[in-house]
Amino acid sequence: MKRSKSIFAIFVLPAFILYTLFMLYPLISSLGLSFFSWTGYGAKTYVGLNNFIKLFTRPEHFVRFIGAIKNNVLFFIYTILFQNIVGLILAAFINLNIKGAKFFRSVYFIPTTLSIVVVGFLWKLIYNPIWGPLNVGLRAIGLDSMAMAWLGNESTALICISIANAWQYVGIPVILFLAGMQGIPDELYESSELDGATGIKQFWKITFPLIAPVIFIITTIVFVSNFSAFEIIYAMTGTLGAPNYSTDILGTLFYRICFGQRLGTPPDMGMGAVIASCMFIIIVVGVLIWFKIYGERETGY
Amino acid sequence: MRTKRFKPQYIIIYFVLILYTFYTIYPIFLMVVTSLKSNKEIFSNPSGFPIDVTFSGFETLFRKENYTIYFANSFYVTIMSSVILLGVSLLLAYALSRYTDKLSKFLYFYFLAGMMIPLRLGLLTLNDLLYNLKLIDRLWGIIIIYIAMNIPFTMFILTGFIKMIPNTLEESAFIDGANTWKVLRKVIIPLIKPAIATVIVYNFIPIWNDVYFPLIFIKTKEKRTLMLAVTMFFGQFSTNWNLVFSALTLACVPVLIIYLFGSKYLIKGLLAGAVKG
Repeated sequence: MKRSKSIFAIFVLPAFILYTLFMLYPLISSLGLSFFSWTGYGAKTYVGLNNFIKLFTRPEHFVRFIGAIKNNVLFFIYTILFQNIVGLILAAFINLNIKGAKFFRSVYFIPTTLSIVVVGFLWKLIYNPIWGPLNVGLRAIGLDSMAMAWLGNESTALICISIANAWQYVGIPVILFLAGMQGIPDELYESSELDGATGIKQFWKITFPLIAPVIFIITTIVFVSNFSAFEIIYAMTGTLGAPNYSTDILGTLFYRICFGQRLGTPPDMGMGAVIASCMFIIIVVGVLIWFKIYGERETGY
Repeated sequence: MRTKRFKPQYIIIYFVLILYTFYTIYPIFLMVVTSLKSNKEIFSNPSGFPIDVTFSGFETLFRKENYTIYFANSFYVTIMSSVILLGVSLLLAYALSRYTDKLSKFLYFYFLAGMMIPLRLGLLTLNDLLYNLKLIDRLWGIIIIYIAMNIPFTMFILTGFIKMIPNTLEESAFIDGANTWKVLRKVIIPLIKPAIATVIVYNFIPIWNDVYFPLIFIKTKEKRTLMLAVTMFFGQFSTNWNLVFSALTLACVPVLIIYLFGSKYLIKGLLAGAVKG
C-alpha cells in the first residue's frame, strides 16, 4: 500500500464510523442510561442511583432479579456440563482414527446452523405432553409414569431447555476439542505406549491435560451466550419464563421490562438499563477471564 | 491410540457415535416429515415417515401468508449486510495490515474490543439512535446493526490472512503503475478468496437466523424477515401443526443448503475465532 495518510483514512473510516456509532457507542452509553428514568422515546430525567435503589429495595423487582440470576446460573451450569462432557466423549471417539470421522463431525455441527427460535420451537414440540415424541416414546416402552408436562413443570422446565440448547451447540466443543487433540504430537503417545500406558489411561495422562484450555474456552463462549440469551426461552416458555418464572433469565427479564409490558403500564426503561448494565458487567468479567486464559495458552506448550 | 488394529471396543465407539447421530438428526427429520403430513396424520402417525405426502402447508404459506415477501426481506437484509460488511472490513483489514504504526495498532485493538460482547446489551441506546435516524421499522435499521456488530470478527479474519501475503507482490504491481485500489482488487482479493468465503458463510448464517433485532425494531407485518414471520406465526397458529412445521422447515432450507456446500468454511471460521482468537 502506498504509505499515504489520506488513503489510510479513506480505507479505515467507513468501518470506523459504523462500528463506533452502532456498536461501541450503544454498548458504553447504555451503561450511563442506568442513571436516568424514562418510559420510551420521551425525555429522560436524571435520577442518580435511584434505579439501583429501586431494584434492590422493591420486592417486586428484587425477587425477579435474583430469580433471573439464579436461573441464568443454573442454565449455564446445565448447558456447560452437557456440552463439555458429551463434546469431549464424542471428540475423543472421533479422534481414534475411525472411519467416517469427518461425517460424524459434520453431522454433529448441523444443529448449530439452525436459528435458535427454530430449535426452541422444535424441542417444545418434542416435549409436548400429549403427542410429543418424548412422551410417546416413554409410553411405548412402558414408562407411562415418567411421561409428563416437561416444560410445564417447575422442576424440569429449565433442565429441558438446557438440553435443547446443548443439543444445538454440542458441535462447537466437538470441533474445538478435535482441533486441540489433533495438535498433540504423536510422539507423546508413542513414548507413553513404551511405558505401557494405553487407551483410557493415555487419555487422562496426555490428552486431557493438553486440551484442558479448550474446556475453558468453550466455557467462556457458553458463558457469554447464556448470560445474553433470550430467544430459546422466548420460543419455549415465553417472555414470562413460565411456569411461575422458573425459566426466567436476565435476557427475558430485560425484554419484559423494556418492550413487553402488559398494556397500560408504561415501560420502565431506566430499570431495563440497570439490568442490561448488570449483564454487561457479568459478561465483561467472563470475556476478561477468556483473554487471560488465551494469554497463558499462547505461552503454554 | 494410534494403532490401526481392530479392537472390540470399536463396536462400542461406533455404537455411541451412531446413536448420537440419530439424536442429532431426529428432531430435524421430525420437522421435515411433519411438514409433509396432514394434520390428521400428525396425530395418528406422529413420529414416522409420512404415508400420504402433502405440500399443502407450503402452498398456504406462499399463497395466503405472504411468505414470498418475508423470503425477499430476509434475502435483502442478509445479502445487503453481508456485502457491505465484507466491503468495509476488507478496506479496514488491508489498511491495518499494511500500516504498522502506533495508530494502526491501536485501531486493531479498538475494533477487536467488540468481538466477544453481544450488541444486544446496548439495545436501549440503539433504540434511541435508530429512532433519531428514522430507522425504526425499516430493514436498513437492522442491516446497519448487523454490519456494525460483525465488523470485529470479519476484520480479525481478513487481517490475519492479508498479513501473510508478502509485500513484494504488491510492490511490483505499484512499480507497474497500479494504484492502491487496483492492487487490492487484482493482487490481494484473489489471494484471500478462502478467507472471504469463510467470513461470508460465517456471517450469512447468524444474520439470516437472527430474530432478536427484527423482533424489537420491525413493527409492520410486510417488513418482517422470514425468521420473525415464523416466530410470530408459531404463536398464532400453534394448533395447525402442518402449517407451523412447513414454516419452520422453510426457514431452515437456505442455511442447510449453505452448510451443505460451505461447512468447511464455517468450521474454519469457528476455529480461527475461538482457538487462535
